Amino acid sequence: MKNPPFKQLWQTVLGFEVHIELETSSKMFCGCPADHFGASPNTQVCPVCLGLPGALPVPNARAIEWCIKLGLAMGCQVNLFSKFDRKNYFYPDLPKGYQITQYDIPFCHDGELLGHKIKRVHLEEDTAKLQHQENMTLIDFNRSGVPLVEVVTEADFKDSGDSDVFLKELQQIIRALGISSADMEKGSMRLEANISVRHPGEPLPKYKVEVKNVNSFRFIKKAIDYEVARQIQLLESGQTPVQETRGFKEATGETVSQRVKEEAHDYRYFPEPDIPPLQFTKQQIESWRSELPVLPVQVRQELITKHHLSPQYAVIISSDQVMYAEFLKNPTQNMADALVNKRPLKTVSPSVPELKIRYVAKHVIAANPKAVADLKSGKQQALFFLIGQIKKEIGEINIKMAQKVIDELVQ
Amino acid sequence: MLNKLTLIEALAGLRAKKFTSAELVQSCLDQIKKHNKKLNAFLAINENALDEAKQITANDQRPLAGIPIAVKDNFLTVGLPTTASSKVLEGYMPQYESTVTRRLKDAGAIIIGKTNMDAWAHGSSTETSDFGATLNPWNSSHLPGGSSGGSAAAVAADMCIAAIGSETAGSIRQPAAWCGITGFKPTYGRVSRYGVIAMASSTDSPGPLTKTVGDSALITQIIAGHDPYDATSSPKSVPDFVSNLKSKISNLKIGFAKEYLVKEIRPEVKQVILDAAKKFADLGAKVDEVKLLHPKYSIGVYTIVQRSEVSSNLARYDGIRYGHDRSYFGDEAKRRIMLGTYVLSSGYYDRYYNKAQKVRTLIIKDFEQAFKKFDLIIGPVSPSPALPIGASKGSPMFGELEDMLLEPSSIAGLTSISVPCGFVDGLPIGLQITGPQFAEKLVMQAAHSYQQATTWHHEKPTL
Repeated sequence: MKNPPFKQLWQTVLGFEVHIELETSSKMFCGCPADHFGASPNTQVCPVCLGLPGALPVPNARAIEWCIKLGLAMGCQVNLFSKFDRKNYFYPDLPKGYQITQYDIPFCHDGELLGHKIKRVHLEEDTAKLQHQENMTLIDFNRSGVPLVEVVTEADFKDSGDSDVFLKELQQIIRALGISSADMEKGSMRLEANISVRHPGEPLPKYKVEVKNVNSFRFIKKAIDYEVARQIQLLESGQTPVQETRGFKEATGETVSQRVKEEAHDYRYFPEPDIPPLQFTKQQIESWRSELPVLPVQVRQELITKHHLSPQYAVIISSDQVMYAEFLKNPTQNMADALVNKRPLKTVSPSVPELKIRYVAKHVIAANPKAVADLKSGKQQALFFLIGQIKKEIGEINIKMAQKVIDELVQ
Repeated sequence: MLNKLTLIEALAGLRAKKFTSAELVQSCLDQIKKHNKKLNAFLAINENALDEAKQITANDQRPLAGIPIAVKDNFLTVGLPTTASSKVLEGYMPQYESTVTRRLKDAGAIIIGKTNMDAWAHGSSTETSDFGATLNPWNSSHLPGGSSGGSAAAVAADMCIAAIGSETAGSIRQPAAWCGITGFKPTYGRVSRYGVIAMASSTDSPGPLTKTVGDSALITQIIAGHDPYDATSSPKSVPDFVSNLKSKISNLKIGFAKEYLVKEIRPEVKQVILDAAKKFADLGAKVDEVKLLHPKYSIGVYTIVQRSEVSSNLARYDGIRYGHDRSYFGDEAKRRIMLGTYVLSSGYYDRYYNKAQKVRTLIIKDFEQAFKKFDLIIGPVSPSPALPIGASKGSPMFGELEDMLLEPSSIAGLTSISVPCGFVDGLPIGLQITGPQFAEKLVMQAAHSYQQATTWHHEKPTL
């Protein structure tokens, strides 16, 4: 499925659900340690997180505070009255037969990060971990009941480059707050991309593909690009992609079907009767807001306006706390040069993937036969015209990449 | 005949060295041995009870030192199987202790055994137990009520000094009434639910079943109070119930709800209740008519909320962990799971669950209004005395109808007591005395005064 020649112009509909395990000292509803990484299976368990008969959940106040602080860091509104709910479903990793989560009144809602809308930030409990072996499946309950924050975005990302910048920013905010290492490989930050495609201006597609269980930023980017291309190809051949959950195969760079949803789950949400509703005061929320650390966006702003660094340098230096601290000792351009040159300079402008350039280029070429003819006759002016048309459609792009794509397509 | 003693008498006897805890426990074990085969009040007997009793000295100052107490089988007790009378949990040995039994043990009590109940506490007859019905000690062709029927029968038959039960809507007061003993339901949140196999989480309230109000006060004193393991347990401090028991009630305003003299009530029961109301007037209280919502509204609310919570609470018995799969659920549990699943399903939530919660709020407000004018409300516990064995069969709404006079106070989370107040057809009748949330002290004072002035609670069944 490499570089399919798309016939029409498509628009990606892309949004995220991000789960973050909080590094509180104890679990969400009991006193067991929350840090389960590397612990021997089922050594950090108690009646509550094992879901034994008669056991009751008591919410972790620190986890609630941290969840709300993450929401505040993204400019969310906070519900002063909130509650926990039960989400009922059967799965072996869920010992109670329901997950305690938040349904209609999340702690936080309606925020914004890097121009993307945050729909909600809520708190729930993690499930146990299943270890599938040849003839059996083992259950490790150490992870059961670990506090889990879920951040849900609007589906307003235009492509994987766009989302990559956002997700890294989110990770930095979480780390700045000190609430989680947000480590993708360890699973303390888990991404779920909801992907579909449509023609610009059309209503939202009737299907949606969830891509999950991807454990690095690089792979989620690849997975999104692959998935967008796969769906476009299906649609152009007259088929509708199936509503399903897909995983990502690192070896081949493909997404693969994991679970097809036959019907919508009915989770029978209802208010968790074991936990009284929560009421916060405005003063409490303002006090938490005042405790927020300096956030990455503020650091970048400071580097640009106060220390006159370029936006590219600001991004690099703000992304590394050690480097940032070093820079502040001697906040000069020379220091910045020295620090940045110590490491390979990365492309920092949001990079539009080649796949996207390719299908927009295809469209542009089809619409401009004269420019194409000029280009073939050796007029370089025509090349810049075509690149300009692509830029009009998708914004800043890598010029060299666009040039290469056009050359290939025109030949 | 030490087993016939009240809790307060037994404690006095132990401290005065008139007898030992071992003798007391032995007399209860003898009584169990003699009558449990027929009555089926106990599902399990603590084999170590006698050894535990031998460790208790007369100088033990703990408030319940050496007292044999029976515990309903939905309280987790380490070392004793806990099944909630369901085959799904047959043979289940708990890994931890419920807060209530922990507190009893810390106070020196000896758990003598686990008592029969409606399976999962789903019922008001103890007939839905997967391990056979418990019979009423007053008349073995009649039901003991439920769901704490085993505990009520064990106390009535003097197989223990006192017992623990739990009430979701009537499960302490109704069997206490039908077995002619005292059953006390504390305010929701006053006694911890930690380690009690959940039925309906938003109304479950553990409490004592005893021979007298004084005994109930003593046990409630031990088990009440905030528990960090139960987020719904109240942080309010617990007053001294025992020493405040003897306050005069002559200045009390007591409401009598006409709406509770429902058409289903038997005329003889109604007369007994009216006599009890008159007794309060004789004692100097001002008894007047109070206007309350008809209890029928509570039936619908309770049924929907309770079934919803049940359907979720029983999900953990999914066949993976407790040895038996879901085919071991009895008909009643299956019915409740299905109904609860239905009313919570998408599209029906607003029509049923949400509406039920709104009506629940109205019922709570109705009581708030009533308690602005009255200190306490009295009325019948049950429309009839104990019904015959088999009465609940083929009647899925048996419990809801039998407990209709108790459901309003339960869904409002109030505190209430049932005390014996007469007999109809040779079977005991119970009077309920209900107070606002956390008014346990007042409820107990009124009930104690009533018992001081009457002898109904001294009556014993012929076994």
